[in-house]
Amino acid sequence: MDIGYVELAIGTILISNLVLARFLGLCPFIGVTRRTSDAVGMGFAVMFVMTLASFVTSLLYKFVLTAPADGGFNLLVALGVVREMPAGGYVLVLKTISYILVIAVLVQFVEMVLRKSVPVLYKALGIYLPLITTNCAVMGVALLGTSDWKYPDHPLSVAQTTWMGFCGGVGFTLAMILMSGIRERLATSRVPKALQNVPIAFISTGLMALAFLGFGKMFGIAL
Amino acid sequence: MHLLKALLHKAVKTNPVFGLMLGLCPTLAVTTSVKNALYMAMAASAVLLCSNILISLLRRFIPKEVRIACYIVVIAGFVTMVEIVMKGAAPAQVNRDLGIFIPLIVVNCIILGRAEAFASRNGLWASIGDAIGIGLGFAGALTLIGLVREVVGSGTLWGYTLCPGYVPAALAIMAPGAFIVIGLLFGLFNAIGNRRQARGTTAAQPVTVTTSADMPKKTGDARPRTTPDRPGA
Repeated sequence: MDIGYVELAIGTILISNLVLARFLGLCPFIGVTRRTSDAVGMGFAVMFVMTLASFVTSLLYKFVLTAPADGGFNLLVALGVVREMPAGGYVLVLKTISYILVIAVLVQFVEMVLRKSVPVLYKALGIYLPLITTNCAVMGVALLGTSDWKYPDHPLSVAQTTWMGFCGGVGFTLAMILMSGIRERLATSRVPKALQNVPIAFISTGLMALAFLGFGKMFGIAL
Repeated sequence: MHLLKALLHKAVKTNPVFGLMLGLCPTLAVTTSVKNALYMAMAASAVLLCSNILISLLRRFIPKEVRIACYIVVIAGFVTMVEIVMKGAAPAQVNRDLGIFIPLIVVNCIILGRAEAFASRNGLWASIGDAIGIGLGFAGALTLIGLVREVVGSGTLWGYTLCPGYVPAALAIMAPGAFIVIGLLFGLFNAIGNRRQARGTTAAQPVTVTTSADMPKKTGDARPRTTPDRPGA
């Protein structure tokens, strides 16, 4: 099944929401949602990095780690590093290490560029950037869009993977903002002592995830 | 006996999931059954043990400025090895269920956290002990959550039906159930801690769940703690 941009967006933002359905990025979700301003800043920083990371890892996957079926371009072969690609490429052995390095370098790079060229944006997002390297949502989206894509017979194009990364960021930000709203209310309400703070946050997340389950039946696009 | 006590202390008092709130993503994602939980715990503990050993051995050679990058490369190498072993050795269903969470061990804060906080400052044997203790704690937490979710959600244990007449509450093995189960377990441990405190048994400090929530990661935590307002806001 070929998947379109709208389906990809609905599937990534609402149905298989990164946080609420896939359990990715829970550390910032619980740690940085005490205040809405923090949640928004973190959300936008993740959205930014996730889009870039999906784009770069998709290029890496397509042109370095795997060989196109019809003998298309592969960087390792073109540079003469390897004579020919093995069946299945180098996905299994190089995927993890190359993706994490790309993400780490990318985060550093974004931080430097922002600091030099867009100081306003850097001031708003800068403090969240170092946290993103080990945010599993970024790496998770990169994996889901390339090597762990659900329909291996119909791989996503580079543009589609990038779009999926952006939508993943939107879904993450949506969950962060909703959660911070709930937690700001919870802070002033009477919660049993044992459940205060983190436990009640998890239970509220569960109820929110329950609501998001409904989207699956509404559109029926399983990603 | 002393060694065993130290290990247990590490596994219970500094439990990575319920005490330090680290590694939450795999904790929720793979605990749909006890079997998945145990395989995940084994994979993560193997990576933790290997990375702790190597980083502890290399601690005098790794330059301070690039230490995080070095740790990540070491961990990523071991994660790849574990992934290949899992592909060959674990049942196909388990591999399908764990999916991306095996490669995602590389961004698991427990492993990077132990590398930074313990292995880079301690000798080989202490680091091995640390890895075993923390690994046991992680396995225990995952198994506990997996046990609750599997028994409630599918009415089975390790795939065997427990009580024939029971209608499983499938919610527990779905995404919302994971959040609710872990929230209630956190609450339970808090309640036990509070009770102990109230009774005045000074045997041990209860696990402080609430305070560690501010620190999702051991490394690169750049949130300004002193300034209440976000800069630029």
